[in-house]
Amino acid sequence: MLKKRLIPVLILRDGQVVQSIQFRHTNVIHWNPVTAVDFFNKWAVDEILLLDVSRTTENRQKFYDAVHTLSAKCFVPLTVGGWVTSTEEIRKLLRLGADKVSVNTQAVRHPEFISEAAQIFGSQCIVVSIDVKKIDGARRVVIDRGREITELAPVEWAREAEKRGAGEIFLTSIDHDGTRSGYDLELMRQVSHAVSIPVIAFGGAFAWEHLAEGILAGAEACAAANVFHFTEHSTKKAKEHLRKAGIEVR
Amino acid sequence: MIALVDYGMGNLRSVANAFEAIGEKPVITHSRAEIESAAGIVLPGVGAFGDGMKNLRRLELIETLNREVLEKKKPYLGICLGMQFLTDESEEHGLHKGFGWIKGRIREIKPADKRYKVPHMGWNELQILKEGGLFQGLPEAPVFYFVHSYHLEPAEPGVITAVCRHGAEVTAAVEKENIVGVQFHPEKSQRVGLQLLKNFVRMVKEHAEKTADTCSHPA
Repeated sequence: MLKKRLIPVLILRDGQVVQSIQFRHTNVIHWNPVTAVDFFNKWAVDEILLLDVSRTTENRQKFYDAVHTLSAKCFVPLTVGGWVTSTEEIRKLLRLGADKVSVNTQAVRHPEFISEAAQIFGSQCIVVSIDVKKIDGARRVVIDRGREITELAPVEWAREAEKRGAGEIFLTSIDHDGTRSGYDLELMRQVSHAVSIPVIAFGGAFAWEHLAEGILAGAEACAAANVFHFTEHSTKKAKEHLRKAGIEVR
Repeated sequence: MIALVDYGMGNLRSVANAFEAIGEKPVITHSRAEIESAAGIVLPGVGAFGDGMKNLRRLELIETLNREVLEKKKPYLGICLGMQFLTDESEEHGLHKGFGWIKGRIREIKPADKRYKVPHMGWNELQILKEGGLFQGLPEAPVFYFVHSYHLEPAEPGVITAVCRHGAEVTAAVEKENIVGVQFHPEKSQRVGLQLLKNFVRMVKEHAEKTADTCSHPA
């Protein structure tokens, strides 16, 4: 039986770790992402996710440097995403030390990108990231770092992504992001019941019980960003809480 | 010195990083001379069995490996694909010949229950069947990171040293004299993974000392 996973997310803008509140990325938390990974290595995290949310690709080299430096110190799987628009880009990130790559906007615009990437690198390597926002009460898939609302419903898009060879779904609620109110549990429930690949819950978790709620709603892994930066020994405490909630963790 | 054999398949850098984290300076190489002068040999690898064997043949490494590992008894650690090569043949995308150091075959994992997905990917608990060796100093039922769809089904009894469950029994580690293989990824399994690599380094050092003794004090 596979263990449920706990995943800290490092959100990088121009090479620095920032805080995210409903996709506005303001507060710099760590100047240097390596500091954050040093902490995570001591604690029992199961994977690390690194996202580039820079507004332009002007400072992309700084992100590459971060992936390269982090992977040298990261002895758990490393997933990397943001601005991934081609298979060459995926190959580049894997060479820099990533184990998996997440794709988002490009996959929505050209769904065949998922199939192509899965064919070359294997499904286990391709994570489809889905950002969701409620528009007049209905959940919609949003792309381009929260800027473009599509007509797609998250459940329908997740099914399509699975059919095309996605290995996992990284599911984010923009409405809940940074609000400390817990995950959008209804969204997590709907999507994880619609697909048979693992769903990673993200957006809004700021208390240990939020993480457990995400798993109980059907997610295979619970991810959070801000909470891990502000609480000492945070991932250890998170694991203790998950265990107490009857969830099998490492 | 430990040689990490570079045959164009996957994550050599991660494996090198992990060895460096425990104070070793492994050499990433496909040079026959460097493999011959190494005290221990590690074959990492992610990807398809057939492609991997084809690359090893193209680099003319199979003869070298046979000599160094089977004749000279150098410690060999195969990780994931590097473990699967140990056996006679693999059923992955057709039938492909392996090293034949351990009798058996590589077969697809077939979980009885549909809830268990293939690839078997994630953190799973080992049931250790043979203590010591690679598993020295590890907690009971250690948890390692796996990513694979096929596994080794040996025809010789007693070579399996650890298994895990994924809707079916999965071979997690094998051992035969100086040859060890693990299906999981110690380089991605945090503390327990680094401990396992340390154990391999110890095996390499013990072997090197033993051979040095034989040379200086001939029987």
